[in-house]
Amino acid sequence: MRRAAVLGTGQTEHRTRRTDVSMAGLCREAIDRALADAATGWDQIDAVVLGKAPDLFEGVMMPELFLADAIGAAGKPLLRVHTAGSVGGATGIVATSLIRAGVHRRVLAVAFEKQSESNAMWALSIQPPFSAPITAGAGGYFAPHIRSYIRRFDAPAHIGALVAVKDRRNGALNPHAHLRQPDITLDSVQRSPMLWDPIRYDETCPSSDGACALVIGDQAAAEASSNQVAWIRATAMRTEPTFYSGKDHVDPRAGSVAASALWEAAGIKRPLEEIDVAELYVPFSWFEPMWLENVGFVGQGQGWKLVESGETRIGGALPVNPSGGVLCSNPIGASGLLRFAEAAMQVMGRAGEHQVPGAATALGHAYGGGSQFFSMWVVGRQP
Amino acid sequence: MDTLAAPLTIAFDYTRSLGPVLGRFMAGLRERRVLGARTSDGRVHVPPLEYDPVTHEPVTDLVEVSPTGTVVSWTWNARPVEGQPLDRPFGWALIRLDGADTPMLHAVDASELHTGMRVRIRWTPARQGHIRDIECFEPGESDMSGSTGGEPVEIMTTPIRLHYTHTTSTEEDRYLRALEQGRIIGQRCPACRKVYVPPRVCPADGVAPDEVVEVADRGMVTTFCVVNVPFAGQRLTPPYVVAQVLLDGADIPISHLILGVEAADVRMGMRVAAVWRDRSRWSTTPENIDHFEPSGEPDAPYESYAEHL
Repeated sequence: MRRAAVLGTGQTEHRTRRTDVSMAGLCREAIDRALADAATGWDQIDAVVLGKAPDLFEGVMMPELFLADAIGAAGKPLLRVHTAGSVGGATGIVATSLIRAGVHRRVLAVAFEKQSESNAMWALSIQPPFSAPITAGAGGYFAPHIRSYIRRFDAPAHIGALVAVKDRRNGALNPHAHLRQPDITLDSVQRSPMLWDPIRYDETCPSSDGACALVIGDQAAAEASSNQVAWIRATAMRTEPTFYSGKDHVDPRAGSVAASALWEAAGIKRPLEEIDVAELYVPFSWFEPMWLENVGFVGQGQGWKLVESGETRIGGALPVNPSGGVLCSNPIGASGLLRFAEAAMQVMGRAGEHQVPGAATALGHAYGGGSQFFSMWVVGRQP
Repeated sequence: MDTLAAPLTIAFDYTRSLGPVLGRFMAGLRERRVLGARTSDGRVHVPPLEYDPVTHEPVTDLVEVSPTGTVVSWTWNARPVEGQPLDRPFGWALIRLDGADTPMLHAVDASELHTGMRVRIRWTPARQGHIRDIECFEPGESDMSGSTGGEPVEIMTTPIRLHYTHTTSTEEDRYLRALEQGRIIGQRCPACRKVYVPPRVCPADGVAPDEVVEVADRGMVTTFCVVNVPFAGQRLTPPYVVAQVLLDGADIPISHLILGVEAADVRMGMRVAAVWRDRSRWSTTPENIDHFEPSGEPDAPYESYAEHL
């Protein structure tokens, strides 16, 4: 298969309310930084791929229509991608596929969310007629599945809090992060309010405005780059229904099948040993141990033990979310592409204060819907 | 027979962060001034573009154009609908304001239109720095000039209301009509033999369900969440327990409230029974079941519901 690589990445300063910019301005903050990082000009971009979560979040139907000019798509192919919370990851993969298919040489991938334009909790709680008025909110959807994980593997109650402490401290090393809390402690997390039992306030993601952009190029473009690129060694996407009888909400089949396909395509036999750093989509702390198992870093019931051992911190055997992850910044539509971009930044050696020393191979991971869509990639310093 | 249907309205007052270009444009409208964006090719775009379509650079040069312009093309709207600028028949027109190179779309309050017609902005009396400060256009030349100055507008509110009719599927309709009689029914998938409550096209096999199966109004809690947090769109006051309840005879749980017990005492595997509203209030709605509460039976063993987690 033809090779593809990330030539450059860019992201915004993620905040609760970026009232200083429009949606177009938010996207351009990320795009302009990605083009600069990739040392790529607008005239070298062949196509643009835009990702964003549900249109009800901003109340703009098909935002790709009014954004086409601002994101540089006039006169070029523009594709909109839409796979709920995983959309950022899917956006990166669609752009990669356009390169690998030999259609284009350089593609701009951009994803955003401007959550401050409405209220995602409201948008996710629309109650159609003839349904019972039983709403629990976004955390209320996932909390029962976390409870199931704890019960299935007899996980100690403090595991989620350990993840929150790690990610928030990591976020303090990331100048783009929305939440930066260097002084957070296990005790302070455990004293934070219980929102959706068993999920505490400090174990939930924030609501953010933000965007992320990548320039992805073909082999010739990558080899012409004077900077280190992130070679895209493999991508995978899988889907399953949100609900069906027998669905495993703790260990969703689409996630494990996607991961198996990913490792095989990347030629990776022992992920825990061969992957140097992982950016997993963890909107609620407990999803770190759940996804460590689902993607196959460890066996069933072993995820919480890896967390407890401290091996997912920077300096551990498998640093997870050195950027602070979704727990520190959650512009929903961009969150998946941020995971993919942060994985690329690590192997490019351009992750700044949260750089994992010597990172040569990295995983970017995203999921969305009710654990319905999964997208992931492996990037490396070498093809 | 028609299936049940009911209206659904989705409404929210969305906000728009405007950024430097549109912020100045809206501030201009408040002062009865129209600003256009001059781009690198010399053209003036109204409303302004935020980025130059040729060079992709941010637009910085905003120039004032006239509130009077010429109809470039038009169509007639004989039956206005909710949310449009006028509630009587009017014309939609592409209007190129004097000094602008691009036309903008707006409503013209006139009994007839023609291409080349001269029209002017009719301003809203109480302007607030919003696109709706332009009420519509009307025939004639403007003799007013706006005042200058004014800080850029940071945020504009744009209320949106969407009206739908939700029409039920035959399976949902059958389920609701059974609920009206105090019964809970599911339907079995002919491929995997699983009983879905409410009945639906099998999400795993993609085929329509057939056999109608009556299930019990009691079952077990598989897993649950204690909701302690208030949020937009919420219908109940926290704290409350939302549980996955696997009804006896069903192969997939439903979401419901567990009341009649302290939240801290709800357990996985707890046996629960439906508490129905008074029969006089029953209709074709799941709300006939007010909530579930403990039935007093011994807890179900973990193995009996492990595959439903």
